[in-house]
Amino acid sequence: MTRSHFTRRGVMKTGAATGAGLTLPTIFTGASRAQEQGFTNAPTGDTVTLGFNVPQTGPYADEGADELRAFELAVEHLNGEGDGGMLQTFSSKELDGSGIMGKRVEFVTGDTQTKSDAARAAAQSMIQKDGAVMISGGSSSGVAVAVQGLCQDAGVIFMSGLTHSNDTTGKDKKANGFRHFFNAYMSAAAMAPVLESLYGTDRKAYHLTADYTWGWTQQESIAAATEALGWETVENVLTPLAATDFSSYIAPVLNSGADVLVLNHYGGNMVNSLTNAVQFGLKQAQANGKDFQIVVPLYSELMARGAGENIAGIPGSQNWDWKLENERGSRYTGTNAFVQSFGQKYGFPPSQAAHTCYAQTLLYADAVTRAGSFNPCAVVEALEDFEFDGLGNGPTLYRAADHQCFKDVVVVRGKENPDNEFDLVEIVEVTPTEAVTYEPDHPMFAGGELGECNPGA
Amino acid sequence: MTDQTDYTPVAAQLPSRRAARDTILGLTRKDFGLLTVVIALTMLAPFLLNPFPSNSAMAQFNAGYPDLMQRFVIFGIFAIGFNILFGLTGYLSFGHAAFLGVGSYSCVWMFKLLGYNVLPGILLAIVVSGLFALLIGYISLRRSGIYFSILTLAFAQMSFALAYSVLSNPSFNLTNGETGLQVYTNDPQWLQGDGPRAPHIFGLAMRETETLSVGAWNFQFNAGYYLCAVVMIICFYLSVRLFRSPFGMMLRAVKSNQQRLNYTGVNARPYTLAAFVISGMYAGLAGGLLSAMDPLAGAERMQWTASGEVVLMTILGGAGTLIGPVLGAGFIKYFENIFSKINESTLHAWFAFLPDGLEDALVAIVYPFVGKGWHLTLGLLFMLVVIFLPGGLVQGGNKMATIFRRDRKGGGVEDDAAAQRQAGE
Repeated sequence: MTRSHFTRRGVMKTGAATGAGLTLPTIFTGASRAQEQGFTNAPTGDTVTLGFNVPQTGPYADEGADELRAFELAVEHLNGEGDGGMLQTFSSKELDGSGIMGKRVEFVTGDTQTKSDAARAAAQSMIQKDGAVMISGGSSSGVAVAVQGLCQDAGVIFMSGLTHSNDTTGKDKKANGFRHFFNAYMSAAAMAPVLESLYGTDRKAYHLTADYTWGWTQQESIAAATEALGWETVENVLTPLAATDFSSYIAPVLNSGADVLVLNHYGGNMVNSLTNAVQFGLKQAQANGKDFQIVVPLYSELMARGAGENIAGIPGSQNWDWKLENERGSRYTGTNAFVQSFGQKYGFPPSQAAHTCYAQTLLYADAVTRAGSFNPCAVVEALEDFEFDGLGNGPTLYRAADHQCFKDVVVVRGKENPDNEFDLVEIVEVTPTEAVTYEPDHPMFAGGELGECNPGA
Repeated sequence: MTDQTDYTPVAAQLPSRRAARDTILGLTRKDFGLLTVVIALTMLAPFLLNPFPSNSAMAQFNAGYPDLMQRFVIFGIFAIGFNILFGLTGYLSFGHAAFLGVGSYSCVWMFKLLGYNVLPGILLAIVVSGLFALLIGYISLRRSGIYFSILTLAFAQMSFALAYSVLSNPSFNLTNGETGLQVYTNDPQWLQGDGPRAPHIFGLAMRETETLSVGAWNFQFNAGYYLCAVVMIICFYLSVRLFRSPFGMMLRAVKSNQQRLNYTGVNARPYTLAAFVISGMYAGLAGGLLSAMDPLAGAERMQWTASGEVVLMTILGGAGTLIGPVLGAGFIKYFENIFSKINESTLHAWFAFLPDGLEDALVAIVYPFVGKGWHLTLGLLFMLVVIFLPGGLVQGGNKMATIFRRDRKGGGVEDDAAAQRQAGE
């Protein structure tokens, strides 16, 4: 073994030489992959990579698993495998099963853990390591807002999955982000007339609200809509997202003078709070001389399954339902095509989370093909004010002002006597688009700016 | 530094007087060797972490992309700081994530108020987390052992609840709740001028990345990573100096027997409080850097799981050793980011060469350990390390080294600390 002696001078010399050596390569590397075509992660080979970032662990894991199934199905259909699903019914006929612009579609997945930090780390690795040119997914508005901001900065497109907060296309909207799912305002606008016909105009409402961006905007929207009917809001109590037992929040409800309980909860929260409410006998209770009622503004089949028979008779709203075309006719064409190919592959009908993720993937692929480029700015231009049909929701508009989709909203109710475990809700009403449309500068959505599209690099 | 032995009661553990005189930058040759190893590892990380060509199947295991490399060194800083408290004094803080979170929020607030230059943010992060640590430390250090751990845990959970909910209501929004604090276009940014619209240091954007393509390999050199790496090297150097200083010796004395120290008339509280604050400032610095790399601060950074993570990092790497916490941080972050991304279709692609039945069987066996099951793999490895290598990965490294060394009894770089650690078990 040789003995080496470190001296201050020697160290400085070696350090300088190493530094110079390290910087040398940058002189002749000017053109990195991204810069060749002027945007982040321009696909160069014969494949293109999409990133699907969904919660695989945590309170929304069920939704995440269903989203992932839908993404895999969409990729299959884009690559010309399987029966093509909604490609056949989609009003735009650009997609022919040859991938996107002749490039075979590949995908990478990540786990958001329903945490903004983890979601951003997963998205970063998809963008920086795997070269994803589009990120989709998410099952929480907090995560969607966080990842949307990241995609805007990095210069890739974000096609959000299940996110229902007004903020996603309101004060946190971004030029590179698009939302197909409906939002809290639309839920409230669609439900108000139904609530009026079911429960009248003289009601006192008690709100339990999940304490984060979605809960706040959901509560604000539904309170505004019901107050316009003549209802009174007695109290709004914020509950922590991590809570699993809501008895202490439910207990004071009956003596508060309210005769309606509005649960602004989603996923596991809603399953637990509804169960608690039923245990406290709220469903059979009388208040102010009327039958006590429970309302859940945002519904999903997965939640209905979790809540079991407690869900019977309780109204809520949905973006889409798998029975839509069967019950409401061919305006909702695409629904059956999707349900069939999803059912064939997985053996049960898809949830609305799966539907919106599938639709988003197709919409992105179609926009790229119409634009003739993967450049995010070209894609943004192709998606803005794009009108389409045949994706299960009827005629739909992607509004340029806030990148929000406008389409019919489904109002549903828990079935009293469900036939099987997938058929738990019945469609009460389909509220037409006009009734749920709002101005882009509506106060509930004000405060943000889309900004410029960012192609990155 | 040469006269440090004069103060200390535990002179046996110190390098001999002759060795102490022979110093570079105030470090003994052994420590300086360690420092150069750390410098080399961090500077060459883009190469070292990208051993596989980017189009090969093994590229899945490459970790040389900016975001993950940044996380390696930032959590390295976090763990180095934690080790100053836990490794030296033996006080197990279960609330260090609170300082990380406070640092993150401070840094983002500087972005919102002043502009995207990262320096004010990082400085404020260190200052605020230091003050916060002073407050929490002053109260918590009145107790030791498990009571101290519980107190810090309680403070961290209170901070988390404050950040997640109380301080994020629409009327007074300090933390922006679950969404996380971020910069909006209508924020004041008084000193922003026309600098880049992203975190930068005097115009050099943190996300600026040069890609060097050599054959099938793509090596990414990221400005933000190198900033973090330089900061980590400085932090590492400071921690080495601190470990070898009389102050560090006093902290070790607290760990070995605080009562005896009290009876000799020494008040240990100022020393432990100083260690707590220094350690909190390291955590705040790490939090500030996290925000500087990615300008969003979420409340979950303060949750108790995040506090537990840094404990795991330190123990996994080797508590009380110098380089151990850095290794532990890298180890855990690697699992979190690389193993969690292996999904079922990746596995099928790997085992595609096998006959169908065998392929499915293998996938069924491996799948629970990757993807969302990465925690399971990490847990198993953690168990193995704690049972067979109580001195952490550093002890493992030393064992390996002695196998190849001619002089089998010769000490490794960190033998002292690892041995001490073992004795403490």
